[in-house]
Amino acid sequence: MLGTGIIRGLVVTARNFLGSFYDRRRFVTVFYPEQKVEMPERFRSFPFLVYDGEDAVRGLRCVACKICEKNCPPQCIYIVQQRDEKGKPLKHPAVFDLDISVCMSCGICVEVCPFDSIKMDKVFEVAESARFEKLLFGKAALSKSNAYYRSVSPADAGETDARLEEEKKAAAAKAQAAAQKKSAAQAQEPQ
Amino acid sequence: MSISFIIISMIILLGAAAAVSFSNLIHCALSLAVAMVGLAMLYLHLGAEFVGFTQVLVYVGAVSIVVLFAILLTRPAPFSPGVHVPWHGRVTGILVAGLVAGMLVGAVLGTPLTSHVGQRVITVKQIGMELMTTYAAPLEIVGLLLTAALMGAVILAAPENGEKKP
Amino acid sequence: MNELFSEWVRRAVETLSEMLRNPDQAPVVGKAFIVSVFPEFLQGVVGAFISIAALISVFGGLFALLTLMERKGLGRIQNRPGPNRVGPFGILQPVADGLKMLTKEDIVPFRADAFLHFIAPVILVMMSLLTLAVIPYGRNMAPIELDSALLFFFAAGACTELAVFLAGWASRNKYSLLGAMRAIAQMISYELPLLLASFSAVLLVGSLSLVSIVDSQGGFMLGVLPKWNVLTPWGFVGFIIFMIGAFAESNRSPFDLPEAESELIAGHLTEYSGFKYALFFMAEYIGMLAISGLAVTLFLGGWHAPVPFLGWVPSYCWFFAKLLTLACFFIWVRATLPRLRADQLMALAWKCLIPLSFINLGVTVFWHYSAAWSFAMALPARWGIAFLALAVPYTFLARQLGTKKTFARRTYRFAE
Repeated sequence: MLGTGIIRGLVVTARNFLGSFYDRRRFVTVFYPEQKVEMPERFRSFPFLVYDGEDAVRGLRCVACKICEKNCPPQCIYIVQQRDEKGKPLKHPAVFDLDISVCMSCGICVEVCPFDSIKMDKVFEVAESARFEKLLFGKAALSKSNAYYRSVSPADAGETDARLEEEKKAAAAKAQAAAQKKSAAQAQEPQ
Repeated sequence: MSISFIIISMIILLGAAAAVSFSNLIHCALSLAVAMVGLAMLYLHLGAEFVGFTQVLVYVGAVSIVVLFAILLTRPAPFSPGVHVPWHGRVTGILVAGLVAGMLVGAVLGTPLTSHVGQRVITVKQIGMELMTTYAAPLEIVGLLLTAALMGAVILAAPENGEKKP
Repeated sequence: MNELFSEWVRRAVETLSEMLRNPDQAPVVGKAFIVSVFPEFLQGVVGAFISIAALISVFGGLFALLTLMERKGLGRIQNRPGPNRVGPFGILQPVADGLKMLTKEDIVPFRADAFLHFIAPVILVMMSLLTLAVIPYGRNMAPIELDSALLFFFAAGACTELAVFLAGWASRNKYSLLGAMRAIAQMISYELPLLLASFSAVLLVGSLSLVSIVDSQGGFMLGVLPKWNVLTPWGFVGFIIFMIGAFAESNRSPFDLPEAESELIAGHLTEYSGFKYALFFMAEYIGMLAISGLAVTLFLGGWHAPVPFLGWVPSYCWFFAKLLTLACFFIWVRATLPRLRADQLMALAWKCLIPLSFINLGVTVFWHYSAAWSFAMALPARWGIAFLALAVPYTFLARQLGTKKTFARRTYRFAE
């Protein structure tokens, strides 16, 4: 019968209208700038550089190996290695630029980094007033502490920290063994 | 001759003149609508409320829209330049226009016009009564004519026998 | 001079106390006082200006309120809060919208017909405002009391079609022209059921004057039921047909084909921006309010109170309460129904509404003549006959509209 469907539809909308006033399951709006949705564990936005300890320059894990720069599909990373006065390359980036207007958040840089020094961040409110200069993040803006990394993605950070600890231990044991061997060799050497 | 009568007449005359002198047919049709509005104003000025509003409702609301539709559906493009009219066409036009004007003027001058100075207020009810009693036959004939026109339009628009609808 | 002034103050105080004593007639008394201050030859003009100013300010305010209500209501129906940033709970949103509209750039397309492009929104708003002039807003409160008020309303409404066509054609944009063509086809088709439905009310009262139509609906049946037209069989059906026509005339969803955003990019509004767009917007809402006002006047008893013991509430309050209720219904329907297809639109008007409104006209005639019946079960008999006369054709027409069409394989023709 023509007309009954219209009445049924009107009932549905009326129920939604009234329901939105008392039913929290219907009224799902999150008032964004004041309230925020808890981001899932694996959510990622843009990469950042991790440093250990307190000093952002000394503790930087990055060694300027440029693997991430070469692997970046949209080529948004630019690295210049630091050199000392004699021109000898140091294990530290002089320039580390990341253009987040180009970055596509693929996370390949994180996958390929052998030093666990670049990780994905969860910050997504990066709107700026200038398109080019303000969206090109430099080394200072990208460096964030390991404590911060642990706070944004605890599972990944814990796993990384444990692995680094393991490696450190292994390296220490190896060094010790090497040192013992060396001292033993020294001791055996006849004078 | 009051000032308002002169203003209204100017609107009608300018609208009518514009309707035949613009090169763009759409502009012509719109000028015609302006002339129709002027006529409605004249009726209102003379105290004929019902006729005035009906004039707007029928002529401005419906007839001018039909004219516009007809123009849009028949012209190849709304901005096509005006067609050149040969001299014999012009002469025929002027002759026909003169004949029509002569007939109208003759009819107006030949009609004994009685003026009701007392400003009788005629209600819609009275008009309806008159239409249904004294003028019932003309009303029915006009209705028949319009129905015939409508049916003719349907016959013209309907697909011919055996012709598949596109 | 001093005496004259003190006389004036005395009369002002008198008027104020009169207004307070009788709030029902307060606007009428106030207007009469303001008019009496001016010299004789100016009084007519001043009276007209007061009416115009009151109408524009009240309906401008209602327009703002309605845009807010629409956005909030639609939001709630879609389970979201609606605008809530400007002012507390977003109540200043219309102000922000207005400022935005006024400060936007006015764009006229390069090949557009600049004059017609400019004049179209002006005509549209003018005609929409004109329709407000004849509606009785309260007891003794019709701005103009015309003998053929209903005809005036529809005549002014008919001119809006021309304005819509102008807007569509002058933009020189195919979407605009398509939208305008659709709008005109729709408005002309739905004007018929609209007129036929309202003529059933005219038929019973025997007058085109809206004031006398409202007057005829005063009083109560059996002491409780108001004598509104909607509470009779022909009035109920007429009201429904009228409302469907009103939805189509004001280009509101589900009949918003002319402005279909998803198909025509807003139709005849495509090439309009800034203040001109705001004018179109205003005309649409004022047209909606005006036609709701006409529905209230014709079928819902105008400014009459719905129950006898609430008769002390000022008449205009009842009118505007009913008007806003109908406006909310418009919003509710917009949130509910999807847009019709063009052929469904035409089929609904020509195959269902027009036959039904003719039958309704016949039932009205029956109702008029059977009013003289005086046997015992006269009222139930009248109701029964009227109900049957309307329900049977309705079922038939509805079934015929609802038949499932089998669609043939679609063939496409290309330009040769």
